[in-house]
Amino acid sequence: MIWLGIDTSNTPLAIAIVKDEQVLASFQSSMKITHSIGTMPAIEELMEKANIKPNEIEAIAVAKGPGSYTGVRIGVTIGKTLAWTLKVPIYSVSSLHVLAENAPYFQGVVCSIMDARRSNVFAGIYANGEVVKEAHISLVDLLTTLDNMEQQVLFVGMDVSIHWEQIKEVLGDKVQRANAAFDLPNAAVLIEMAKKMEPSEVHTVVPEYLRITEAEANWMKEQKKNGN
Amino acid sequence: MRKDQYILGIETSCDETAASIVKNGHEIISNVVASQIESHKRFGGVVPEVASRHHVEQITIVIEEALKQADMTPQDLDAVAVTEGPGLVGALLIGINAAKAFAFANGLPLVGVHHIAGHIYANALVQKMEFPLLALVVSGGHTELVLMKEDGQFELIGETRDDAAGEAYDKVARVLNLPYPGGPHIDKLANESDEALQFPRAWLEEGSYDFSFSGLKSAVINYQHNAEQRGEEINPNHLAAGFQQSVVEVLTTKTIRAAREFKVKQVIAAGGVAANKGLRNSLEEAFTKENIHFYVPPIKLCTDNAAMIAAAGNSKYSAGHLSDMSMNGRPGLELNSWN
Ligand SMILES: [Zn+2]
Repeated sequence: MIWLGIDTSNTPLAIAIVKDEQVLASFQSSMKITHSIGTMPAIEELMEKANIKPNEIEAIAVAKGPGSYTGVRIGVTIGKTLAWTLKVPIYSVSSLHVLAENAPYFQGVVCSIMDARRSNVFAGIYANGEVVKEAHISLVDLLTTLDNMEQQVLFVGMDVSIHWEQIKEVLGDKVQRANAAFDLPNAAVLIEMAKKMEPSEVHTVVPEYLRITEAEANWMKEQKKNGN
Repeated sequence: MRKDQYILGIETSCDETAASIVKNGHEIISNVVASQIESHKRFGGVVPEVASRHHVEQITIVIEEALKQADMTPQDLDAVAVTEGPGLVGALLIGINAAKAFAFANGLPLVGVHHIAGHIYANALVQKMEFPLLALVVSGGHTELVLMKEDGQFELIGETRDDAAGEAYDKVARVLNLPYPGGPHIDKLANESDEALQFPRAWLEEGSYDFSFSGLKSAVINYQHNAEQRGEEINPNHLAAGFQQSVVEVLTTKTIRAAREFKVKQVIAAGGVAANKGLRNSLEEAFTKENIHFYVPPIKLCTDNAAMIAAAGNSKYSAGHLSDMSMNGRPGLELNSWN
């Protein structure tokens, strides 16, 4: 079975082509190239390198977010359009979980984060291969939660460096961070995760934003105020 | 005999997710539009992030429906045309990336189309375009006079310096507490009115084909405020009629003058505001007098749709102008000729 995996949920771009148990080709980049410009040419190029034609793809795995709204949408749109027109199954996987799976052998808690501005992060907490929590959360609350778990914590993700000082201050010697090689999403990892999942109905695949839009939040507040 | 040419058009520049298949640039085989208007109504206008989210939910459903209604498969197509700009960038990106993925998967050429070129080519779906042609494009985002000397040639001879006509309509509608989108409501009130308030006309410098509607908009809003402060009731019909008369008179006069100057064979109105009855009637009457062929496509081809993108894409594809996989959404894209 030939798989194509795509993750555009943040600044990094990750694409991989996996055939059965073999990673034919994989691409990772943290360069600031607009995903809208870079993703399709990168897919085209990687498929050429792996000597795979579009109609040979048999399954698609896509990172569904959270992350940058526009970024996530580009990967999801490309993934679902390819899956739909090639008539192959699509699997959508949490972008936070994909990052955390970069450290599968860590004994303890793995925490993947993406910066969400104003001292907030998108964070995933995973222990013993289980999802403990995936949320849009303030960094302070996240660190309190992790502190209370009283276990060793490994932080993963490019944005860890933005908050590292504060993380270390709270969690002290309970915390480590992954090295740079594991801070980028890996689309081959994404595909391996997808292999253990059920496919989604292609038209219903949408990003997992973990946040409603500001306009909707304001509208809902307004509704409540008016007693609706 | 030349082989028939089938283009799939995709449009997501604002709040409609649309796909369509057009044969030889003039025959609609299928035309699917998923409107988000119901969702944006509660906000009183289009919220870009909400629009982008809806486009992702709809995009594959809409393209599938366009193929199904046409009873065609991707192998029956010759090319994929998609709106490249202008528009809301986050919204454009959904159509563009879907179009790229679809074209790549099926080995089809890709054509990026200017949204305004699309509005103009909506005309090709109802009649043969004859050149030189003058197009008045009026919508929520645009007020433009475009001269076409040949197929695929565009010359922008006038544009708005501030608000688009449709934008002014929406803002005046808000002052009158009319629901979004306000244009059709103002048109209705104006047409029912037996009297019109007097508001200024913005002619700009002599000979200019440009437009300006922000002064008019402010005059209308001020009038309403002043009346309110004096505790006076104003008749919304009279206000709507006065506003609409000013917009329509300026649009009609400048369009006529341009049609004369450039000796055009055909004048068309395009864009969502072209569905406005007041404007349509005024232009029709004026051009009948002038003996110039004037036309407005049916409403569903005036508002945003993908058939128009496929029609323009057909001309651009035939001229050999293709895009590649690095195409990006361009919110400020200029209208360039492809011939
Ligand atoms: Zn439009």
